[in-house]
Amino acid sequence: MATAAELNFTRPLHCLRPMLALAALALSGCDSWIERPAGPISSAERIIFLDTLAIMLLIVVPVIIAIIGFAWWFRASNERARHLPHWSFSGRIELVIWSIPALVVLFLGGIAWISAHDLDPGRSLASKRAPLEIDVVALDWKWLFIYPQQGVASVNRLVVPAGVPLRFRLTSATVWNAFWIPKLGSMLYCMYGMAGTLYLQADRPGVYHGLSAMISGDGFATMHFDTQALSDAQFQAWSVSARAAGPALDEPAYRALLKPSSEVSPYSYRSVMPHLFDAIVLQRLPPGPGGASKP
Amino acid sequence: MHLLGQLSWQAIPFDEPLPMIAGGVVLLCVVAVLLWVWLKGYVPYLWREWITSVDHKRIGVMYCALALVMLLRGFIDAIMMRTQQAMAFHAAGYLPASHFDQIFSAHGTIMIFFMAMPFMIGLMNLVVPLQLGVRDVAFPTLNSVSFWLTAAGALLVNLSLVIGSFSRTGWLPYPPLSELTYSPDVGVDYYCWAIEISGIGTLITGINFVTTILKLRAPGMHYTRMPMFCWTALASNLLIVAAFPILTVSLALLLLDRYAGFHFFTNLGGGNAMMFMNLIWAWGHPEVYILILPAFGVYSEVVSTFSGKPLFGYRSMVIATMAICLISFMVWLHHFFTMGAGADVNAFFGIASMIIAVPTGVKIFNWLFTMYGGRVRFSAAMLWSLGFMVSFVIGGMTGVMLAEPTADFELHNSLFLVAHFHNVIITGVLFGAFAGYSYWFPKAFGFVLDERLGKWAFWLWFIGFWVAWAPGYVLGLEGMTRRLQHYDVAAWRPWLLVAAVGVLIILAAIIVQVAQLVVSIRTRASRRDLTGDPWNGRNLEWSIASPPPPFNYAVLPHVENQEPYWDMKQRALEAGHLQTPEPAYGPIEMPRNSATGFVCAFFAVVTGFALIWRIWWLVALGLVGAYATFVRFAWRDVEEQVIPADEVARLERANRAARSQALAVLAERVPTP
Repeated sequence: MATAAELNFTRPLHCLRPMLALAALALSGCDSWIERPAGPISSAERIIFLDTLAIMLLIVVPVIIAIIGFAWWFRASNERARHLPHWSFSGRIELVIWSIPALVVLFLGGIAWISAHDLDPGRSLASKRAPLEIDVVALDWKWLFIYPQQGVASVNRLVVPAGVPLRFRLTSATVWNAFWIPKLGSMLYCMYGMAGTLYLQADRPGVYHGLSAMISGDGFATMHFDTQALSDAQFQAWSVSARAAGPALDEPAYRALLKPSSEVSPYSYRSVMPHLFDAIVLQRLPPGPGGASKP
Repeated sequence: MHLLGQLSWQAIPFDEPLPMIAGGVVLLCVVAVLLWVWLKGYVPYLWREWITSVDHKRIGVMYCALALVMLLRGFIDAIMMRTQQAMAFHAAGYLPASHFDQIFSAHGTIMIFFMAMPFMIGLMNLVVPLQLGVRDVAFPTLNSVSFWLTAAGALLVNLSLVIGSFSRTGWLPYPPLSELTYSPDVGVDYYCWAIEISGIGTLITGINFVTTILKLRAPGMHYTRMPMFCWTALASNLLIVAAFPILTVSLALLLLDRYAGFHFFTNLGGGNAMMFMNLIWAWGHPEVYILILPAFGVYSEVVSTFSGKPLFGYRSMVIATMAICLISFMVWLHHFFTMGAGADVNAFFGIASMIIAVPTGVKIFNWLFTMYGGRVRFSAAMLWSLGFMVSFVIGGMTGVMLAEPTADFELHNSLFLVAHFHNVIITGVLFGAFAGYSYWFPKAFGFVLDERLGKWAFWLWFIGFWVAWAPGYVLGLEGMTRRLQHYDVAAWRPWLLVAAVGVLIILAAIIVQVAQLVVSIRTRASRRDLTGDPWNGRNLEWSIASPPPPFNYAVLPHVENQEPYWDMKQRALEAGHLQTPEPAYGPIEMPRNSATGFVCAFFAVVTGFALIWRIWWLVALGLVGAYATFVRFAWRDVEEQVIPADEVARLERANRAARSQALAVLAERVPTP
């Protein structure tokens, strides 16, 4: 697929990008997706973000200066300013002030159309490597990551190989949540009875913060997890060790997991009952019973 | 079945000190005010002149007063959220999640439904009939019903502070979280019934104002001569009429799920929560334009008056307003690009959302050129307008960025989004409300607010806003999502501390505003507006006394152009005297006071409260009471009172004298050529 960096229409703005990146750096001073994205999706989204920002700033900055400038120059006490007490229409000015925003929106709309298609979350990533399948289930209030190819599962810790496309299937076994790893890119809703598809990739090893981005009840703030991007060898080693230890995720274990709990320390399951994700999505397994919250 | 439904002593959170203290203080204040009113013997006056009044000016003032009180309540919630997040780094803070979630839900609900909406509707009530040159709105008693139903909703939301709990699902109750399974307590019910009741009030307001603007205008007031504020009020009320039924129905469906075991939006039984998202935002996006359009109208009036020039590009502004009105119904999906509807759908709604930026941008440019060649006076109202213009272009810019579906996949539900809508709601809607408050206060009360404190309030709000919300943009880019009760990411901490400082600056601004009101009232004798036209205004509302007589216009004005009062003044200045000879005054029929609104709202509160706690006999009682009120009103014998010609003549002569005085002042200031 084409990343936004390859889209030719964004070229003229390259000169602005270092400036904006610098501004972003000065603002954040930390390791954020806008400053140092860790995957192709977040990199492309960063470019779209910065291009849009740059194009808008070309209009916004002069307008702000004009607002302050006009107000100050035409202050009542300034005798030198022109006085046009009846001037209230100019066809030429109207043409210009309708055209400027219209042209900007035409341009940004073009970017929106193309990038929305190129970066659609369900669109696969161009790569020589076959994607790693990960099924994500949002629970009250923890994340379950199932690795169907490896036959293991993990709670509140996402372990992935760097440099390999990741094909997430997302659902929720309870209320809605949004699955979000800012450093890697797009978030997507996790909804009961629905399976969303999201492609992401970590370009380099590291630990990336992941979280739920939609209020899901009392334990919502605890629904965050570390994404550990490992080298291929390390990932292989992890999956082997995960298969060797931990409990088995069978139906009773899943039903126990459904019960609300928060601040759950990460652990993994050595095996997963077959087609667990499908059973959840197809509603063969019941949804979470709901928070035992105080009325 | 329990006689009191689900209501019991357990509903009162005796074990939680914070809500108990807060509720106690509020209760104490309310009791103290009521006692003071009673002891001073103000009850008959309040009942006669305010509570049962159907005068659009009185109702407008009461709407604004409700908005200001609710602003304080909503702002206390804001302080609590900011301090909690400033403290809750690797810590629990002082608010448990169950309480924190109620606070952000209440903050959003109160600020949108019970602060911003009443403020804008209040200004429209006060000003639109005056600007149209008429004596009242189309349905004065319904207007009173609207106000009291809004107040009823506000009361129910605030009752949840001490009796039971409020919703914990955010300012919009997204299912399945808001379904009975996941929100078993009465919080969501409080939310739904409060919004259902006040929403009916708002819908009636919409019908009332659309009718008023379309059918009741002074002779000669063609559509192309209507002041811009009336145009924006028309657009806003058209949106209310079209959008509020969707809100009412969406919440009714949710209530059916919760009360009657339906499965519209539930996880099980074939429910589909995605439908709720579509429905609620089909109302929700027009809603933000319902709020911002009247604010645009206020800015148009203020910028024109304080630049001493007609509004630039009037027709262009009308087209822009109506374009926004129309397009605002075609963009709702941009609130959930991340639901993953697909690239075509997302791109379509992204582009539609960007298109709204065109007429909005045109408006900014037109205000800019209104100042060009003018004589700009920096009054408090003008400062609010300039602060708005400077800040709103940034809010608009981030709005366009969020409308880019690709960028939204990283920004949605982050603090970047929250910063964006605070940017447009605070510096757009609220600054507009404050500009209108400073601008029209003398018209409502006959004296001018303290300008020096008003300017202080502006600067503190302006700086406070940016200190509080510029960090929000940064936090969003750093991957912080909204509504976090605590967090472990070190990089967020400094920005949340800065934001907490910002909210303290805003606190100072609000204290200054309270001081401004108190000082202005105490020194009102020296700040009387005797001319009725303190700002050298241009539209009809300035052509009558401040405060206006109950009938507004002794004789309906004949409108011949876009700025009738400015034109009148210019002609009089040229002639050196008021041109029109005194007309023959006749008696004027005005609608009688009516307790219908208040009594209706009383039964609405009873019914709402009973429904929330499932006290079915009380529900029946409340509904019967409301129906009886309706029957009683429908069978009224006398609906109008007559103001005798003598009284009209006396009031109008005083106004004409004031007018001459105003002209004398003007003639001194502007030497006629």
